[in-house]
Amino acid sequence: MSVDIATVKHVARLARIAVDDADAERMTGELNAILGFVEQLNEVDVSGVEPMTSVIPLEMKKRQDAVTDGGKAADIVANAPATEENFFLVPKVVE
Amino acid sequence: MTEITKLTIAEARAKLKEKEFSSLELTNAYLDAIDAANPTLNAYVAVTHDKARAMAEAADKRLAAGEGGALEGIPLGVKDLFATEGVHTQAGSHILDGFEPRYESTVTANLWADGAVMLGKLNMDEFAMGSSNETSYYGPVTNPWRAKNDNKALVPGGSSGGSAAAVASWLCAGATATDTGGSIRQPAAFTGTVGIKPTYGRCSRWGTVAFASSLDQAGPIARDVRDAAILLKSMASSDPKDTTSVTQDVPDYEAALGQSVKGLKIGIPREYRMDGMPEEIEKLWQQGIAWMEDAGAEIVDISLPHTKYALPAYYIVAPAEASSNLARYDGVRYGLRVPGKDIIDMYEKTRAAGFGREVKRRVMIGTYVLSAGYYDAYYVQAQKVRTLIKKDFEDVFAAGVDAILTPATPSAAFGIADEDMASDPVKMYLNDIFTVTVNMAGLPGIAVPGGLDANGLPLGLQLIGRPFDEEMLFRTAHVIEQAAGRFEPAKWW
Repeated sequence: MSVDIATVKHVARLARIAVDDADAERMTGELNAILGFVEQLNEVDVSGVEPMTSVIPLEMKKRQDAVTDGGKAADIVANAPATEENFFLVPKVVE
Repeated sequence: MTEITKLTIAEARAKLKEKEFSSLELTNAYLDAIDAANPTLNAYVAVTHDKARAMAEAADKRLAAGEGGALEGIPLGVKDLFATEGVHTQAGSHILDGFEPRYESTVTANLWADGAVMLGKLNMDEFAMGSSNETSYYGPVTNPWRAKNDNKALVPGGSSGGSAAAVASWLCAGATATDTGGSIRQPAAFTGTVGIKPTYGRCSRWGTVAFASSLDQAGPIARDVRDAAILLKSMASSDPKDTTSVTQDVPDYEAALGQSVKGLKIGIPREYRMDGMPEEIEKLWQQGIAWMEDAGAEIVDISLPHTKYALPAYYIVAPAEASSNLARYDGVRYGLRVPGKDIIDMYEKTRAAGFGREVKRRVMIGTYVLSAGYYDAYYVQAQKVRTLIKKDFEDVFAAGVDAILTPATPSAAFGIADEDMASDPVKMYLNDIFTVTVNMAGLPGIAVPGGLDANGLPLGLQLIGRPFDEEMLFRTAHVIEQAAGRFEPAKWW
């Protein structure tokens, strides 16, 4: 499988990365090189093989459903580029 | 006094206990060495002079009182991927501009609890994506090793290039690193240092900036096998904050050193003999086999039939997980924000400005292989192949093999801005051909120096073990180290 410029622009949109025409053209070549490289996986007979979900068999850890942490609003917003009264500020999303 | 920076951790620890010098003296010697060398080598992206001295003074107090942990007063470097409270943590990226976490990663917290001193944060490929340390927003790291009669600057490998270069050039006694496809073992091999990627789940991932969560593991880079054992013992733990952290106890890895390898079965996988592999790599491998045989190990030919599919499967699984993990960098909660005409425009501009080329490439690949209509063809197929790769190893270990010996990398260190590598991303990816299988199967792997090539550059051997049998790796790597000796660059910086 290979991608064209339109597909690359669509994927960039999904990935929320702004690309101009020159970026998209360069990425098309790079992505096709990588997709060409991974193509060989299709040779492998995977009939009856389960997809890997965890390399090490682990039982999901559980704990008491209790509040163990909190009261850290100031810490949480400390690194944000724009905040007001412990809220993150973003451009207006609702008209 | 500058020579005290050349001591191993084991040596420095003993001398600190005997009060031959203080931790503050040792720390100052390292800080002086960093200040002198860093403009040339670029191994550190942040040096924490004041914090280091304060930690050293606290360590000296404990030492004076006859107290102190396993790493009391030992100055270490920390890869920029580990969250360090109130200290620069940017994963080598522009998008995390100014990020100073309000918490400490479990791995570094374990080191400080054992008395270690933090010298600063080490350069790395952006978000650990790279094999040369050239994708860092902070520029490339220069390898302290140079070829004979040649001043050309070489890469230290990646992504833990700053960690490996700093350890090799005596800018820290040891360093933390991480390995998703070879990022501890390949730079260790390129710099004549020892690096171990432990079994998945051995070190907590809590507070480590995530790249590919099912593959990422922290581990140390050190000057010798003993130091690597000392550091891993301290870094590893069982952590309730990471659901993939295992609950079993951490053994005393140092105790494995010096144990005989007589009668052990060492597997030599025939699929690792790649087409076009340089003769010197083959020679190194044969030398490693001979050393193990001389020490009484039994050499057995083995087959890992799905080896060639590990790298292509990795380049689906790792970017897929990365595209998901890196979705959090949106200009809202931390780091860089580039204004836009609406919120989507802000996201897109921020991510376009904040991520470098390699990171964008991988986020794009990941987004594509997870997108509607391609998920089964790419992602599910790769995860099935991964099951087969793991089964290859399980079969070999079930047949009684104790460890597997391979070369660590397909070449010695290459030049910074190598045109061949820059022109084709897949060529750069091939650096991890011998290491990536280990991540795909979640196994432990260690890189240990095996010798120098004709140009005088270090080459590494890799040993791969059963899950949670890091002791076997320290035991066998120590035998290689005893036979090969240790390798240091001639100081030019």
